[in-house]
Order: sequence, then C-alpha cells, then structure tokens
Amino acid sequence: MTDANPETQAVPVVNRPRGEVVLEAKGLTKHFKVRSKPQRGQRRTRGIVHACEDVNLTLEAGRVTAVVGESGSGKTTVSRMLAQLTKPTSGTITLEGKPAKGYGLRAYRHKVQMVFQDPFASLNPVHSVRYHLARPLKLHKRAGAGKEALAQAVEALLTRVKLAPTNQYIDKLPHELSGGQRQRVAIARALAAGPTVLLADEPISMLDVSIRLGILNLLGELRDNEKLAMLYVTHDIASARYFADTMTVMYAGRVVESGPSLDVTDNPQHPYTRLLLDAAPDPERETPATMQARGSAPSLIDPPSGCRFHPRCPLALPICSEQQPPDISVGEGHVAACWLRHDDYKNTTTTATAGDSPA
Amino acid sequence: MSADTTDRQPVLDIRGLCVDYGYGDAATHAVIEADLTLHRGEVVGLAGESGSGKSTIAYGATRLLRQPGVVTDGIVRFTPDAGKPDETIDILEASPQQLRAIRWSDIALVFQAAMNSLNPVMSVQAQLIDTLAAHGRGASRRERIDRAGELLELVGISQDRLKSFPHELSGGMKQRVMIALALALEPQVVIMDEPTTALDVVTQRQIMEQIMGLRDRLGFSVLFITHDLSLLLEMADTIAIMYAGRIVETAPARQLFHAPRHPYTAALLDSFPSLHGERTVMTGIPGSPPDMRKPPAGCAFADRCKFALDRCTADQPVLSSPAIKADGRRQVACWLHEENELPEPLAAPEPAVQAAGAAPEGGSK
Repeated sequence: MTDANPETQAVPVVNRPRGEVVLEAKGLTKHFKVRSKPQRGQRRTRGIVHACEDVNLTLEAGRVTAVVGESGSGKTTVSRMLAQLTKPTSGTITLEGKPAKGYGLRAYRHKVQMVFQDPFASLNPVHSVRYHLARPLKLHKRAGAGKEALAQAVEALLTRVKLAPTNQYIDKLPHELSGGQRQRVAIARALAAGPTVLLADEPISMLDVSIRLGILNLLGELRDNEKLAMLYVTHDIASARYFADTMTVMYAGRVVESGPSLDVTDNPQHPYTRLLLDAAPDPERETPATMQARGSAPSLIDPPSGCRFHPRCPLALPICSEQQPPDISVGEGHVAACWLRHDDYKNTTTTATAGDSPA
Repeated sequence: MSADTTDRQPVLDIRGLCVDYGYGDAATHAVIEADLTLHRGEVVGLAGESGSGKSTIAYGATRLLRQPGVVTDGIVRFTPDAGKPDETIDILEASPQQLRAIRWSDIALVFQAAMNSLNPVMSVQAQLIDTLAAHGRGASRRERIDRAGELLELVGISQDRLKSFPHELSGGMKQRVMIALALALEPQVVIMDEPTTALDVVTQRQIMEQIMGLRDRLGFSVLFITHDLSLLLEMADTIAIMYAGRIVETAPARQLFHAPRHPYTAALLDSFPSLHGERTVMTGIPGSPPDMRKPPAGCAFADRCKFALDRCTADQPVLSSPAIKADGRRQVACWLHEENELPEPLAAPEPAVQAAGAAPEGGSK
C-alpha cells in the first residue's frame, strides 16, 4: 500500500485479511474546558463538558463500524480524536499495532483520512477537482514523478469513486458539481493519501435522499474491494443498519450498546437504543410508535450520576442513578451498558421489560 | 383519517400554479402547473428532493415569494369558512388588505430554521404578544400575556419560559415556539416547511406527535413539506411527490407506500433502508436531478428511469388516473400507464383503503 509506484494507484494492492484490527481506541475520553464571561455581580464560571467518556472502539480491515447517536452524544468528538484533530484528555489510540503518538502527524494522516459531512464546505470553491486530488497525491508522495504520472493518478482516483468519464469532471470547480458528485470528490481526496482507515462523519446527511445510497454503496465497495477499515458516524440508525457491520450506540458521551449491526437493531438491549429505534420513521409500522422515554439529552457540563440515561429511562432502577453500569455481554460480540442486563437485577425487571420486548 | 377526506371541503385549492425565477427568456420554471388540494383537517405531505420546487409551491401560493420569483399562472382558492363557499377568494388576486387579513390569522407558516425565524433580541413572550396585538387579539396586554402562556403550554413548554430569549432554548423548544406562534391566531391552514429537519429523531417524533395531536384537537389543515418520505408516510393523509418542478404523483399515504405508480416514487421508496428484515442491497436512484435552467424536453425523470420509453424523452406526461383503477383520488404523470403492461414494481395491487393503518385514528374528527 505504501508503494509510490503509480501502477498500484489504480487498483491498490490489498493483502490485508478482512477483520484484522487496524485502528484501536481504548478508554478514549475528552473533556472540554469552558468558561463563561463574568456576568454583572457574578464570578466567571468554569466548567468541563464531558463530551466523551471511556470509549473503546476497534476498526477492522474490510469492516464498517457505525457510531450512532443524537447530536451532542459525542460521536463527532470520537471521530475527530481518531483523526487526531482533537487531542484526547486520556485514552490511547493504536494504529496498526503502534501507538498513534509514535507516528508523525503526516505519517498518521497518510493512513487515516476523513470524509466530512458537508461537501459544499469541505471543498475549496476556487480550486478545481484536479487540484483537490493532485495536492494530497503530491504531499503524500503517492504519484510517480512527472506531470503525466500525476494526471494518471488523479484519473485513477476519479475512476475509483465512479466519476467517469473522468475528463468530464477533472477540470470542474466544486460549484459545477452536484452534492453527490462533490462528496465523491471528497472521498477521492481522502483516498489520495492511500489510507487504510477512512473516518466518515455523516457523509450522506447533507445529500439528497435519492443519491445517499449511491454514496453508501460506493463506500461499501471500497470496504469490500480495498479492505478499508471504516468509521461511519451517523444519527440515522436505519442507514447504519444498512451499511455497517458493527454498531456502537452513544448517549451523552458514553457508549451504551455495541455489537453486530443487525443484533443491535433487531434485538436492542439498552433502553436508549430502543428509544432511537422507536423514534426513527418507519412506514412499515402498522400502529403509531409509542416512545417509552421522553425529554432530551442532559447537560454534559454536569452529567447525571450513574447511568447518564437514567433520568429519561422508563425502566430505571435505584442503582441506575448511583453507579455507572458495567459493560455486560448480551450476545456474541453484543455488549450493553445497562443494569437491567446485570445478573443481580435481571429478575427484578423481567416483568417490566416483558411488555416492550421487540416484536 | 384518510378515508373520509373526500367528503370534506377543500380549504386551500391550488390549480395550475406556475412559478418562475427570473424573467423572460432567462426564466427558470421552478414550479410547472402544480395542482394540490388541501381539505379541512387534512395533512397533505409534499415530498421531493432539494430544488424540486416543493417550498416554491408553498411560497408561491401564499404570495411570499421573493424576487426574482414570480407566479406566472394559476389560481389559489382559499375558503375561509366551511359553511360559506361563496366567500372563497383567489389569493393570487387578493388585494393587500385581503392578504393582510388572511395571513397568519388564517394561513400560518412554520419555517425550517426556527433559530433564524425567531428574533434573537426579543423574549418569547414579546414575540407572541406582538403577533397577537398586531392582529387585534386580546383586549389588554394582560390578556395577551395569558394567551401567550396558554400557547406555550399547548406545545408542551412550561409557562415560566415566557421570559426566555431564543438562545436560552434548545433547538426543539425553539421549533415548538415557532409552532405556538403559528397557532397563535388559530389558523385554518398551517404550512410547515421542513419543520423537524434540523432536529434529532427523538425530538422530531415528539414534535410530530404534538402537531398531530393539535391537529386533531383544533382541526386545522397542514401542508407538510419535507424531503423525508418515510416520515410523511407515517403521518400524512395524502402525499404529493414532486420532481423537477412538477407533481408527478398524488395518492393517499398508504396507497403510495404499498403501491407506488410512478417510477420515481418507487425508486424513492427504495432509497430508505428499512429497520426490519433481511439486509438487501438497495440502489437508490442513479444520476442526479436535471438542471432546471435547461429542463429536458419530455419527462424530467426519463434519463434516471429504468423503464423509460422513447416517448418519455419527447413528450411531457400529464397527471391522470393510473392504469390500475383506484378510488379516483390517485393521479400519476407517467406514460407507462398508457402501455399495455406496467413494469412489475409499479403494478402492485391497490391496498385496502380502510385497513389497520387508518384504524387508530378513526376516532379523531
């Protein structure tokens, strides 16, 4: 993959087995310091936003891991920390077995690239598609010597993201492209560095409904053919179910449930995952959904004690407000951080949960 | 609820609405001959991609278009009182006085970005009583403040938030304040332009439930504009699908979902991954919508359509009854319906009208 020969550009050589751990985050925590301006007669207040707390995440070659949650759940903070755009307060990131800190920033970005939410903002309006793609190729020394090799490498990138015929797109400016085409250019730009990890933060939420699946399918092909490890950050649990192999559900800065996508959506074990599923629009539902919980996410400056979901949780037990629930295995690779799944409390809740068990 | 909408009288009836941006030869036709009827108490959903003209219909019909938008043709009949059909007026022909009388008190709007619609330097209370005072509601300031409190309670915000400024409220609360503001004068029609798009799914559902509950209690009609077809399918009575400035299909929500008749509708339905069942590869819709500055000659969807005929690229199809007969309230603009045989995805049998989906709302008025 690190070969600078332009021939390897068109069809990257991949000998990485599917499932190999590429990027691993352990105990990732981010606290943002905030302070308000001193108000009349009041002191300056200081606080800490507990944006992200003790998140463990592994990205595997040829697999997509989705991080699902509402706004403010910390999902973007996680992806920014993985991209080293934000420095974690604590926790470690390991890339291909080596601590991320051991890499220089450029060497790290050579392996880990990001695709952003808004392709209208992430491309420079005064530069052509060619410039957007040639620059990372040059910076990461991914194209051979000479203009010819560079042009070939740019064309190869456009072909990989299905912008063909390439001469129709290569000299266009961003405003001449549709949203979907722009996002494809943004993906090509990320691929230009020759990454093994792609971090996609809401890559389709700004796009029109009819072209969203096209982008997801393209990312899916890159996963399958080039064995990229991918992080898919989204608020749309249905698209995560469609696209991701494994899913991590975050609430108020903590992981509440994780596991294989279909297990999580078809057999949710945490009340918050259930709430997300109930709230998602679903035309196949014959009767209107009834949401078990109400309200909105808590302040992260002063997060609730114990389980952060307990003030909204319809099934909360006394312990939920006292102690953070441990990660409890509820199936193969399926983990939920909920006291209701704990051996000591299981029996107290069977009656309460019987009514809302998934159909 | 969808079953009895035909017996109701139309409150807003849009016929042949055409809207251009720009003038003369340089004009872009943003909405072309749109027909849309909103009955009393009905929720009509208008779905389409960005740039399809769905918001332009709403702004054109309420005369809120900004330059260079021009309504070039059409009639928008508004019947203020159910018992007096002869008091119907054409909004497009109405005098400024007539318009002023209708606006907000009869037809109110909720815009997408509530944060941009509320005045950041005025408290919620001030904005609510301003609206009430401007339309001569309430005898005194005290009465108007009481009414403002009632309105906030109506949308599920406690009265002590009256003195709050917009920046002190969450996105969901701001959107609720906007809905309270829209309902302040008890309008008959509420036009909602992507009211929940910027919100989280949980907040979105809470607000949708609230809108539907208020609709049942107060009996207003809703024109709901969104790109999220899956949301409309759950809440709307009737859905109109727009593509490139034209309405290409209208049908009751259940029928549209179970038996789409236009290839675009079918493809759009296939663009929303499901929350159940097997994971299957879905394709979305290849290509992108046409450039409205240079519209294609025939059906605008032809070059993205799997089933396009030669005729599709030459002639513009018109809205008419689909090949498979329904109860007369379905319309589709597609040449395939004049062929002998429909492609399989468009030939699903018509679902029963009063099935399980309609039952829970049966008790509502």
